[in-house]
Amino acid sequence: MRLVLANARILDPSQNIDRFGDLVIEDGKIAGVVAAHSADGDEVRDCSGLLVTPGLIDIHVHLREPGFEYKEDIESGTRAAAAGGFTAVCCMPNTSPSIDSTAVVRQIIERAAEVGCARVYPIGALTRNMQGDQLCEIADLKAAGACAISDDAFPIQNAETMRRGMEYCAQLGMTLMTHNEDQALTRGGAMNEGRTATMMGLPGIPRVAEDIAVARNVLLSELTGCRLHLLHISSGRTVDILRKAKMRRIPVTGETAPHYWALTDSACEGYNTNAKMNPPIRTAEDNRLIIEGLVDGTIDIIATDHAPHAPYEKEREFDQAPFGILGLETSFAVSYTTLVLPGKLELPDLIRKMTIAGAQVVGIPGGTLAEGAVADVAVFDLAAQWTARAAEGRSKSRNTPFDGMTVTGKTCFTLLGGRVVEV
Amino acid sequence: MRDLLSIRETDTDQIHQVLQTAVGFNEILKRPVKKVPTLRGRSVITLFYESSTRTRTSFELAAKYMSADAVNIAVAQSSVSKGESLKDTLKTLEALTADCIVIRHPSSGAAHLAAQFTSVPVINAGDGRHEHPTQALLDALTIWQHKVVGAEDDTYPVALRPDKPFDLAHLTVAIVGDLAHSRVARSNAWCLSRLGATVRWAGPRTLLPAEAHQLPVTVCDDLESALTGADVVMVLRLQTERQESGLLPSLREYSRLWGVTHTSLRWAKPDVLVMHPGPMNRGVEISAEVADGVGGVRSTVEQQVTNGVAVRMACLYLLMGGSGE
Amino acid sequence: MGAETGLVMDADEMRRAITRIAHEILEKNKGAQNLALVGIMRRGAPIADRLADLIERVEGIRPLTGRLDIALYRDDYPERRPPVGRTEVPFDLSGKRIVLVDEVIYTGRTTNAAITALFDLGRPAAIQLAVLLDRGHRELPIRPDYVGKNVATSRGQYVDCRLAEIDGEDAVYILAEPPEPSGQEQPCATS
Repeated sequence: MRLVLANARILDPSQNIDRFGDLVIEDGKIAGVVAAHSADGDEVRDCSGLLVTPGLIDIHVHLREPGFEYKEDIESGTRAAAAGGFTAVCCMPNTSPSIDSTAVVRQIIERAAEVGCARVYPIGALTRNMQGDQLCEIADLKAAGACAISDDAFPIQNAETMRRGMEYCAQLGMTLMTHNEDQALTRGGAMNEGRTATMMGLPGIPRVAEDIAVARNVLLSELTGCRLHLLHISSGRTVDILRKAKMRRIPVTGETAPHYWALTDSACEGYNTNAKMNPPIRTAEDNRLIIEGLVDGTIDIIATDHAPHAPYEKEREFDQAPFGILGLETSFAVSYTTLVLPGKLELPDLIRKMTIAGAQVVGIPGGTLAEGAVADVAVFDLAAQWTARAAEGRSKSRNTPFDGMTVTGKTCFTLLGGRVVEV
Repeated sequence: MRDLLSIRETDTDQIHQVLQTAVGFNEILKRPVKKVPTLRGRSVITLFYESSTRTRTSFELAAKYMSADAVNIAVAQSSVSKGESLKDTLKTLEALTADCIVIRHPSSGAAHLAAQFTSVPVINAGDGRHEHPTQALLDALTIWQHKVVGAEDDTYPVALRPDKPFDLAHLTVAIVGDLAHSRVARSNAWCLSRLGATVRWAGPRTLLPAEAHQLPVTVCDDLESALTGADVVMVLRLQTERQESGLLPSLREYSRLWGVTHTSLRWAKPDVLVMHPGPMNRGVEISAEVADGVGGVRSTVEQQVTNGVAVRMACLYLLMGGSGE
Repeated sequence: MGAETGLVMDADEMRRAITRIAHEILEKNKGAQNLALVGIMRRGAPIADRLADLIERVEGIRPLTGRLDIALYRDDYPERRPPVGRTEVPFDLSGKRIVLVDEVIYTGRTTNAAITALFDLGRPAAIQLAVLLDRGHRELPIRPDYVGKNVATSRGQYVDCRLAEIDGEDAVYILAEPPEPSGQEQPCATS
């Protein structure tokens, strides 16, 4: 079986390829890139005017299965991923039960193989039941298939616990992904601390709560040698701390998500719980510093923190509603529209941050169109304009702050192992 | 105006319109028969998730003086305590043919949420630390009566300055105390500044919300700079649990630095008006002498109660305007 | 069929009509004792003042005057609430003979609301009604005691009664279109 994606712009930052040509796929693997219209195949798909990239990889999503299938499950979550151009996602361990045992890791991997529209790599919990004290059996989790370890949603407050966790992960060669929040500073907080929160009468979540935790975790990474990955950077100051940590050769990487540069905390106006996030969407100044970090390479990765919540959970008093917003279906288009179109970031940089960079951080395959690689591919129409509509999403939930936003760049389809994924 | 959710989202003309209307209702409240048939056959539901005798009674009287039926949903007795969502509660009240819903809730934004779920007008009677719009309107009316009309009983025709009858541009109002947790402070900042007054906020940093200076207020770091030349001092109630939660070293020191007393009032104008949204902690944020009006400091408590009913009648009148047909 | 549109009462005619009504009031009530004139806001009030001036000139006694705002007593619910004016009846109505004064009587609903409003203020001995113009089309069993002029109109027409105190001239017009608002608007009667 030979499939040709013909006459496309083929962009693969992992090999520094950006050219027009035909992408040839044989038996589910990349066979190579050849001159446009030069390849034959059992199936030739005309991709004139389209962009072909490695399938996007999102190392930070919440698929909610097991336990919260009313919000999302592996099938609906990966369908949303495929619709957004993703072929692989890493799912966070705050499920029920949490991903703190080999059984849950295996269950997710099996379930994803059965119903998934994208590959799913579970992330193991750092502590049992995410309680923040006793470490999980991380070696076992790794053996069962966990790609990384994280405390997302339940950030470790105790520096000693964090130190021991890092030491353990370092020895096993596991990346530790941290949600950086000093909760003593954020207790009761509902949105970014600042003018909007003050006007809305909402308790604030100060930037410094993130910065302090980032500084602590970076220093512990330096101490332990643990590969540290900073999840969802929202604070401009954190970008600066990360930049300095990299200069000191501390093994740390960082990610942000589109809402942290494309929106400000005024998105919460009118008590819009679909903009309620933790860490919170912040200010125009943070937007600017985060974009600066993306451009100069300080921030390695664009993730989504896709976090579905059922409508009835979000249709609540703002301080009672859960944190979290969707991201998979809008991430590429919002990023392309707000970073590449205005000339802030080059397209290859964007694709790198959404493909190979993430794969390298968590050590998973994919993110490349190299010969012999599994043919996980995304195809986009960069000319297509469309309006994001929460109601039309593939996710089970509707909690996107981008509802109604007109964006440019649409996923045409993805290939998973050389086969077109039906969304 | 469809709802009254916050003063921030109420434009200056609408503020004037409510005050103008309230002045008319003040006259009715002086009659032996305090009742007009305006809202006969209509129902006002007060939905209170926090206890508040004064505000709730004020709304109920306002409704009844206008011949509306007022029904109170006390949270403890209703399905709310069984965990019913605000959305479901609102849908039920709408199905019970309520014509106006007055809501008080401990969560900021609850009134906005309520307004999303019902087509009936919603009046915010206090939501979390966000706003308490009718309190600000009645405070503005009280200040206007003292500082513009000059008479404590309001018998003055509105046509002082027909173009801007409620202009307070000549006044400086100091709001003192726990600003971070105060919905009254927020509503008053918007309301008084829209009417032209200079508004000062003063309190310990630990009780000041973030970036308060971005609101239409001048933030003062000590009581003297806040009170100097002030025409009105609005004293906020200090919840004593602020000390327990580590925001204050002691009530004693708070009282020494921020307590409004005859001594500190010497910084203000001689005819300073002292207001308190109540209930007062005598000896903490306000001295007993000032609270009781000893020494010629004018107390506005009773007048504020009357103005409260008048302002709420005005809000009901203006919001329940449509025929509903 | 309605009347022709245009001027139906000029300043002289209005002056004579008000003078005649003043005399009729005195005649019917046998003097000005115990008499109070209450104008319905807004244009009834200046007419009541003019009647009081005339009566004072003839009798040497000035009847009590007041003004009544009936916004809160209207039985229709317009989309936008009319601004609430001020009712000023600075005397006890009980036992008084009240003459309600309005510029035009049409359906009778305004008068009905005014009567209800008066009863909320006290218990008058009698209530009479004086109007400058009766344009017909009554919907209630209400009949004015004193009429300046009867004018046949159709329901689609508008009566624009203009008074010097408010509008700068004394005149009544029949119009095919609603009149432009004139005179000093009620303060704050905005949006």
